[in-house]
Amino acid sequence: MPSTPRPGLDPALLDEFRRIVGDAYVIAGRQELLVYECGAYTLERNLPHVVVLPASTEEVAAVARVCAREGLPIIPRGAGTSLSGTVLAVEGGVMIALTRMTRLVSIDVRNRRALVEAGCVNAWVTQAVKGHGLLYAPDPSSQTACTIGGNVGTNSGGPHTLKYGVTTHHVLGYELVLPSGEVTWLGTTWEGGEDVDGLDLRGAAIGTEGMFGIVTRVLVRLIRAPQAYKTLLGVFETVEDASQAVSDIIRAGIVPAALEMMDQLITQAVEQAYKFGFPMDAGAVLIVELDGLAPGLERQAQSVTEICRRRRAREVRLAQTEQQRAELWKSRKRAFGAIGRLSPNFITQDGVVPRSKLTEMMRFIEECSRRHGLRIPNVFHAGDGNLHPLVLYDERDPEQVRKALLISDEILTQCIALGGSVTGEHGIGTEKMDFMAKQFSKDDLEAMKQLRAVFDPQTRCNPHKMFPGSKKCGDFHPKKQAAA
Amino acid sequence: MSASPSNESAVGPAPERFLDERKSMSCIHCGLCLSSCPTYLETGNENDSPRGRIYLMRALQEGRLELGAAPVRHIDLCLGCRACEAACPSGVPYGELLEHARDHIEKHHSRPWFQRFLRRVAIERIFPYPQRMRWALLPARLVKALGMDAVCPAWIRDALALIPESPSSIPIPAVVNPEGTRRVGFISGCVMSVMFGETHRNSLELLARAGFQVATPSDQVCCGALHAHSGRLDQARAFARRNIEVFEKAGVEMIVINAAGCGSTLKEYGQLLAEDPMWRDRATAFSSKVRDLSEILAEREWATPTPCASDAPIVTFHDACHLAHAQRITQPPRKMVKAAAGERYVEMPESDVCCGSAGSYNLTEPEMAARLRKRKIENILKSGAQIVVTSNPGCLLQIQAGLRAEGADHVRALHIADFLVSDRAGWRANASTATAGDSPDTGVKRASGESRAR
Repeated sequence: MPSTPRPGLDPALLDEFRRIVGDAYVIAGRQELLVYECGAYTLERNLPHVVVLPASTEEVAAVARVCAREGLPIIPRGAGTSLSGTVLAVEGGVMIALTRMTRLVSIDVRNRRALVEAGCVNAWVTQAVKGHGLLYAPDPSSQTACTIGGNVGTNSGGPHTLKYGVTTHHVLGYELVLPSGEVTWLGTTWEGGEDVDGLDLRGAAIGTEGMFGIVTRVLVRLIRAPQAYKTLLGVFETVEDASQAVSDIIRAGIVPAALEMMDQLITQAVEQAYKFGFPMDAGAVLIVELDGLAPGLERQAQSVTEICRRRRAREVRLAQTEQQRAELWKSRKRAFGAIGRLSPNFITQDGVVPRSKLTEMMRFIEECSRRHGLRIPNVFHAGDGNLHPLVLYDERDPEQVRKALLISDEILTQCIALGGSVTGEHGIGTEKMDFMAKQFSKDDLEAMKQLRAVFDPQTRCNPHKMFPGSKKCGDFHPKKQAAA
Repeated sequence: MSASPSNESAVGPAPERFLDERKSMSCIHCGLCLSSCPTYLETGNENDSPRGRIYLMRALQEGRLELGAAPVRHIDLCLGCRACEAACPSGVPYGELLEHARDHIEKHHSRPWFQRFLRRVAIERIFPYPQRMRWALLPARLVKALGMDAVCPAWIRDALALIPESPSSIPIPAVVNPEGTRRVGFISGCVMSVMFGETHRNSLELLARAGFQVATPSDQVCCGALHAHSGRLDQARAFARRNIEVFEKAGVEMIVINAAGCGSTLKEYGQLLAEDPMWRDRATAFSSKVRDLSEILAEREWATPTPCASDAPIVTFHDACHLAHAQRITQPPRKMVKAAAGERYVEMPESDVCCGSAGSYNLTEPEMAARLRKRKIENILKSGAQIVVTSNPGCLLQIQAGLRAEGADHVRALHIADFLVSDRAGWRANASTATAGDSPDTGVKRASGESRAR
């Protein structure tokens, strides 16, 4: 491609990468690297030195070995839907994107598991096994685009986390290419049983945001699709009433598959985008999904309806058909995207607070919005107390950018103060590094670093992420500098 | 972290504003479009994805990138299938951004001579004119008839493979079914009218059966889609103005089109002429009358067709991009095909992923077109279907050529009008048809052969 290469990498190295993956799959021209300067988190940007698109584990390992030999940083990337800067090439480096490794390798219906390549899109798994009455449970809102490898990296959740758990509960094992280029398998293998002897290294490396190596293949657990669903939509006058209803539902011993809230601003944007039929004047809407065996569901749905009414719900609707249910979820899951209708840019946080502190937290966010003069719609996993305040700003106005960052800071600090955490599912990335020191003690952080060192002693894999202060580290300049 | 200066430095002189600022900023970079993009699915390169291309367009506009071979390459490779628009939660009008970016590229970027010839002469000066198209086809058909295509270079062979076995053009009466109570206009198109005369006849017959009086003004011109998609907006606008005038005079209630690609352009005349105060309202009025054939037919009550025998051929439906994504029409044609095929209807995997035809794309980007064609044929074969129904001439030519290339002679690709009109009572799946290479005898050929003889 006739495009000026980004300075800083020996052309001989590029040729070496080209020999491994093929000419078309090494992106080194400055003009073409531009799209890799960020993921869905666009506040911070930087160009990688090169992007390599391998087609197999062997190619990934070969590329990693070259990086190890040359002491080059590696930045693993899936679909780049990360909202926290997890795929940012902080100081450049070799970005390994798994977007050509998208195959669903094999499905084992009897043992309810599937082997997929890391670049396989999350939603493809359920699509492929639906015919067998099975599904892959973790369903992040970006599931139509995000990859299973990325899900392992951030231990992704989704609306149905409340009942089914997150990625780590649905990954039996996976292949990991270590930063040294060595290929290892953690957890259960394709032939193996459900349980593995020894330490759970599989669990240890899930959610480490690509710092332990590059996930190349994943053995996922499939669950039986629920026999029946009851999906309710509660319409409330205020967020406070809706939050109270959430607490009441859990207190009543009901565990919905999902319990999601949208406030007025986001409901309006979503309604404009998808025309589902949400009331534009409601203070908040609550989506409650019950699933399981058909007989018990009717009674549970009745209890939920009564609880909502007791909390002054104006209306409680029940999705009448599978199509209505699908449309409701489509609206909810694509809520972030609808933000484009409100504002050119947003930062979303995914702080967590104890459910009992939801109302207090929501009041705090509202107050932040008023004080700084930026709008903050909210759409979140209310059942887990996992918030998603979307701070709206315009990147062309530096003052708005400053305020948006400040608001994010205040919100996350408040989450910690209320006994919660700074991220439920999006990950720390570069965005929330500084909060790690607020949430964890020095010893905790030291222990995490020691564990990482087992996998990546040179801290070369996805460097400058997660650990506070690490971005100042300047050890990763490529050994050989091209004459730029 | 602030981005390093080398990233942000502007290049070149003050850039020209070719994108609507608000529309381009409505992309929030979420990435939900990625997996819907056929070229991204094939290359895995973010530059070949909708999000990546919008990023490139914006960078060109902001002066962060200069208009050079690399960004042009990736924008050229876009099929314009607009699957990303259907996937986009923010409602980014990608097709419109693309057309403006291409317009900008054609004005300021010079291409190799062969690409210039293809774009400026073949696509813009021959295809849109039925008479010129007939002449242009003559030597091509001669080459094929004499078997000389075997000695041609690969790119010529690929282009020749697209020409149907028996292109037919028929004279269309000015008015069909004058007794019909509701008068609709019919777009005879350019490529359609030369290569798919039979399909036109069947479309008119279906409309007449549905009780419409159909007027086909003979002075109508190409819809302008080929120009608009390749970044020649001014020519496209000239065609649009002409058609608006012609159909205003025709005094019709609706305007029917049986080609999805043209349909989406006709429905967007309003946008195309949005900046022309003299024409804006007339264009919007025109666009609001346009209906795809399947749309208008599905609205009517239909007698349930005779159910197919249980050994009738298996039928599937391929979504033309400009029907499914640009016009968001997926159910009406399915409803009709399912009604006709009954139990023998199956969905194929990735039915709405582009077949690689994409207007003139298979001529300008033969390599990617071939990759997508192969992907499409593989999915058709996976479904087990013996008949693929679709609603766009480009897709039909592409799929037919693909089926021939992959030796899948037991599968037929049919336009929805031909499928609905043909006499399905005689259809039987022939056991031998399962073997590729055998003479196809699903009855479809017979049916269409008969109607051709009429």
